[in-house]
Amino acid sequence: MLSFALRRLAQSAATLFVMSLLVFAGVYAIGNPADILVNPQADQAEIARLTAQLGLDLPLWRQYLVFLRGAFGGDLGSSFVAGVPAITLILERLPATLELALLAMLIAVALGVPLGLLAGLKPKSWTGRAIMAGSILGFSLPTFWVGLMLILLFSVQLGWLPTTGRGPTTELFGVPVSFLSWEGLRHLILPAVNLALFKLALLIRLVRAGTREAMLQDYVRYARAKGIAERDVLRVHVLPNILIPVVTVAGLEFGSLVAFAVVTETVFAWPGMGKLLIDSIGLLDRPVIVAYLLVTVCLFILINLAVDLLYAALDPRVRPGIAR
Amino acid sequence: MSAGIAAAAPAREFAAGFARDRIALAALAVLALLFAAALAAPWLAPQDPYDLAGLDILDARLPPGSAAAAGHSYWLGSDDQGRDMWSAILHGLRISLGVGLLSTALALGIGLAVGLVSARAGGWIDALVMRLVDLQLSFPSILVALILLALTGQGIDRIIAALVVVQWAYYARTVRGAALVELRREYVDAAVCAGYGEARILFRHVLPNVLPPLIVVATVQVAHAIALEATLSFLGLGLPITEPSLGLLIANGYNYLLAGHYWISLFPGLALLLTIMAINLVGDRLRDVLNPRLQ
Repeated sequence: MLSFALRRLAQSAATLFVMSLLVFAGVYAIGNPADILVNPQADQAEIARLTAQLGLDLPLWRQYLVFLRGAFGGDLGSSFVAGVPAITLILERLPATLELALLAMLIAVALGVPLGLLAGLKPKSWTGRAIMAGSILGFSLPTFWVGLMLILLFSVQLGWLPTTGRGPTTELFGVPVSFLSWEGLRHLILPAVNLALFKLALLIRLVRAGTREAMLQDYVRYARAKGIAERDVLRVHVLPNILIPVVTVAGLEFGSLVAFAVVTETVFAWPGMGKLLIDSIGLLDRPVIVAYLLVTVCLFILINLAVDLLYAALDPRVRPGIAR
Repeated sequence: MSAGIAAAAPAREFAAGFARDRIALAALAVLALLFAAALAAPWLAPQDPYDLAGLDILDARLPPGSAAAAGHSYWLGSDDQGRDMWSAILHGLRISLGVGLLSTALALGIGLAVGLVSARAGGWIDALVMRLVDLQLSFPSILVALILLALTGQGIDRIIAALVVVQWAYYARTVRGAALVELRREYVDAAVCAGYGEARILFRHVLPNVLPPLIVVATVQVAHAIALEATLSFLGLGLPITEPSLGLLIANGYNYLLAGHYWISLFPGLALLLTIMAINLVGDRLRDVLNPRLQ
């Protein structure tokens, strides 16, 4: 198990290196940021001076080495626009994105498991069909459009919730969060529901399929034959078996929630790192783009690693040496 | 002659199986209508939405059902330029469907070729290709497409290229898995003994056997591609304003939503939803009919 964990860790480090190379080389290809940053009246000499000041006149490999040396010290360069370290900008925005993604995952699991269970137990019933229809609708609705419609309905027409922004935050262990104040929660709820919808549809399908399969298994028949009450059959025998894939998928999909937060944050003007990325792409703010991508890649590698290790711990068949 | 009858019978059985689900049948009809509308857009649309000279700025942001200065009616309202939304949606549908279909077809072709060759070659080529596929699939498609478009800039060719890049790996992995099973079958040995070349065996003998399940996957992928294109266009990274897809029309309406001009975003979104949902329902049914375990 230890050697598996170490090998997996080495693989992750290699992935990170390859990604940093790709990201850096790719981002370098976007125009010359100096053209955008200096005012239009600036002459050639001033542009050249700014280019040199930002280190953009060095050859690509030298720029990468400078970047790599900084990256090991936790310095990914300074934002061309804001003038502060890019990593600081990203990390300032990270809590807003993580809070949004976590609440969205919570909503998806809290609603998806019971709804999927219900649909799986009574697939032919009116309720079961309605839940599945809702799930197909959830799959088909484009996230950004649902966001606009939520704003239209709850903010513009009904006037119940604020349209955009994060509102006031409360400090929790030094991290600003929204969910501790009523006003913050009011700002958080629409973006979180918007982000949750797609994963909710996914979890409903997953749990429904798992439930239908589990109900046909021998252990359910024996449990019933023993005279165990139906609700205890579900709670003790069926649910734990369904929850293993749910935990795995929820873990893997968390990364995709962080990525999709780019869309939701843009719609709701939520000050997370996704919105920062879109703004930075518009401004050609290279260090911030690179920092966002590397932080996200690290997050993904961590999530994948955690899920792999968890899987190997739960299911001995996946461990290398035995498998294949 | 007898071969024709033998081929027709499973097709008829398949069609009958598909038609047993009324909702799927309705979705197929809707899809056919949408395709027809997209193809006939230049003749169906009362106005050419790209002809700026034909637009009247005095007609800007009229609610649905308003009469235009020129006499005709804006059944779905007009946008900030005085563009008829119904016409814009018909043309937008054309672009959205076109981009979705073309990118999926290209990705399917590339994925098939890479997957087949990888399965047959084995060894380090196979290992290298599959590690690349693993690496790419461990990141969500929206993130990969976002990065690519940020690097390459806007344009219909760029967005199709980005959509191909995010889709091909999925097909390559699926085809490789299926091809590894097929390559162990006797008909492949027979073809080798008959002295056929590698390319002929792969593309004439193995390919037809791995294709059917892939077509189902591709159907659903068209819906994904359309949704992804709309999302990227909404974020301002997809299509340029001169070629408005449904996503760009919705993005345009975003600016007027808070003022209560809901129709600019609502109707293109409904068209998008209808398209994606019809494709998903048809794809779901195709998979159920082709999956013998669920019969």
